[in-house]
Amino acid sequence: MRDLTGLEHTDAEDIRGILRTAHSFKDILSRPVKKVPALRGKSVILLFYEASTRTRTSFETAAKILSADAMNISVAQSSVVKGESLKDTLLTLQSLAADCIVMRHSSSGAAEFAAKVVDIPIVNAGDGRHEHPTQGLLDLYTIWEKRLKASELTEPTDTGAAGNVASPRFDFSGVTVSIVGDLAHSRVARSDVWGMVKLGAKVRWVGPKTLLPVEAERLPIEVHTDLHEGLKNADVVIVLRLQTERQEKGLLPSLREYSRVWGINENSLRDAKSGVLVMHPGPMNRGVEISSRVADGVPGAETVIERQVTNGVAVRMAVLYKLIGDNPVDQLSSEVDDKRIGE
Amino acid sequence: MKIVLQGGRIADPSQGLEQVGDLVVEDGVISGVSAYRGASGDEVINVEGCVVCPGLIDMHVHLREPGYEYKEDIESGALAAAAGGFTAVCCMPNTNPPIDNPSVVEYILRRAKEKAYANVLPIVSLTKGMGQDQLSDIAELKAAGAVAVSDDAYPIQNAETMRRGMEYCSQFDLPLLTHNEDKTLTQGGAMNEGFVATVMGAPGIPAISEDIAAWRNILLSGLTGCRLHLLHISTAGTVEALRYAKSRNLPVSGETAPHYWTLTDKACEGYETNAKMNPPLRTRKDIEAIKAGLKDGSIDAIATDHAPHAINEKECEFDKAMFGIIGLETSLALANTHLVREGILSISDMIMRMSTAPARILGLRSGSLREGFPANVTVFDPDERWIVNPAELHSKSKNTPFAGKELYGKTRFTLLEGKLIDLRRG
Repeated sequence: MRDLTGLEHTDAEDIRGILRTAHSFKDILSRPVKKVPALRGKSVILLFYEASTRTRTSFETAAKILSADAMNISVAQSSVVKGESLKDTLLTLQSLAADCIVMRHSSSGAAEFAAKVVDIPIVNAGDGRHEHPTQGLLDLYTIWEKRLKASELTEPTDTGAAGNVASPRFDFSGVTVSIVGDLAHSRVARSDVWGMVKLGAKVRWVGPKTLLPVEAERLPIEVHTDLHEGLKNADVVIVLRLQTERQEKGLLPSLREYSRVWGINENSLRDAKSGVLVMHPGPMNRGVEISSRVADGVPGAETVIERQVTNGVAVRMAVLYKLIGDNPVDQLSSEVDDKRIGE
Repeated sequence: MKIVLQGGRIADPSQGLEQVGDLVVEDGVISGVSAYRGASGDEVINVEGCVVCPGLIDMHVHLREPGYEYKEDIESGALAAAAGGFTAVCCMPNTNPPIDNPSVVEYILRRAKEKAYANVLPIVSLTKGMGQDQLSDIAELKAAGAVAVSDDAYPIQNAETMRRGMEYCSQFDLPLLTHNEDKTLTQGGAMNEGFVATVMGAPGIPAISEDIAAWRNILLSGLTGCRLHLLHISTAGTVEALRYAKSRNLPVSGETAPHYWTLTDKACEGYETNAKMNPPLRTRKDIEAIKAGLKDGSIDAIATDHAPHAINEKECEFDKAMFGIIGLETSLALANTHLVREGILSISDMIMRMSTAPARILGLRSGSLREGFPANVTVFDPDERWIVNPAELHSKSKNTPFAGKELYGKTRFTLLEGKLIDLRRG
């Protein structure tokens, strides 16, 4: 794996490998000194062509915990405003001895384009409506942590071999995930589908026809316009952000009607399994796609939106390590445990 | 000066001619066909094994001059045309300034004459400045040398403007060549709307946007009696619309381009900008409909929509890349390889669609090997195998999705009003 441009073209074993690494990294986040030297001396450039607070900060935090130097390129101040092409910007950054470029861009396919232009690894932090692979990975990790970890880490293996405690299987069979909202314009929904289906989960897309991309039913998923059907017996509900300008473009009559028909609230969650996991990639529009009460947590459901944010850091640490770490992932424990920097 | 093309497979659909023999050209004019080795002349060229046919006519190219000479100019475009077996190309008006006034028509004709590798025939803009309302001075443009009128690249959205444009053109017996696209359905679109675009997250251009506009234009042709030609047909629905028009004896013709019977939207995967054009590559079902339309004659003509773009206009984000591909030097081979060799068209049917029919639609004295016609002749070897190498193409731009493809059929030379244009001998 040289780049992470999307989960569609990442195979299941690589996805499991990243999740496993994230699992090893996660406890660093709760240590008093949140720093390990795993990527010391590496330079990670964060090139964001679209506004982003949480994803950019999450990548920056991940890089810094691993001791990499993270540099932000703010597009408003760069030569892009002078009309520099994406190709030239990328080549310039590569020449500045960057080891990795994390890029967000409004054009679908920009990350794959970047990967063709430069030799250093590209991490897609969201490209148009195409993919947002690290969001897909953190969603997977969060579901696993909340619903599968307990059983996977205690089950004995068939052969009785030791070591399964350190090596979870990340097997999502039997998990049904309903993704609700503006699927046509969602890069999160696409990354979620590829990642979850590859690891064995069942995925449903639920939303109004005007916000479903054409021929979505040819994806390996179920497609519903009816929220009750779409949520029936779901283990997980991922609520997508509704861009309020969809209404202006004539895709929706009103936010009020959207919220009444497709909004996630205590009432609509009754169709899902009791204790359903409620997730949201953020930022939320409380009262539109998700009720404020569900966002804060209600009985009969488990809202894990903040947990997703924390897990995002662990997953991004794992991705950066996998792409630019000098040591193979199986020697990771020494990086994490033995060389702690105690300052 | 008497030239004899000796021993070729003479194919002229305008007179139902298919025989091995000698084609005789005298002083730039066809003087007739005689039996094999039956003619002598000042210059005798052995063309055994080659097809000898009326010079191919590409009624839809973008030569970019004036204004965008960094992409292509009249000289390089005409050179590419000759290399592709064309003796005439019709250039679209989206230049800068656009071809909407007689001085630009005259400029193009003058430039073409200076570097005469192929005839260059200007198509003029239906509206001034390629805008949406004011009609161009069609009568003056015709007098200056326009062969047709078009809204290509800037399709007329307002039905009233289109109606008046058709009424106006019909008085001067100029065909109107329409780019059929309802822009309200395609805003921001970069490729065919469908499963592939859904996975790629690319904004879509639905097939229905072409069909709706084609139907509107056909209905307006019925109302006004204007001769209508549908440009670059890419959808099954537009083939159906064209069949309807012909069943009602409306004065409507249509063309398609090689990429619409060879490639689907899957070619865009990996954000391949050389597979990005407008109308976009569609689906297997559309390819089948287009092949059927070519076979039964519903689709009259094959054109290329040759659209050169510089490297930096394609080496960028998919949604920001320019629409269009070059086509002049691969068109004949793609027709020969994928239509003739696959049994969809005979050689004569192919020549009908690449020469005789375009000449008929545009009212040109060309597209035929009849005695007395100007000696515009194409000679190609239908069995020559070659691999498309963009670096070897004559066009200034290299934006082709067919790089590396193995094709059959290559031009040996053309005669342009009796003058030998042999780019392979240098």
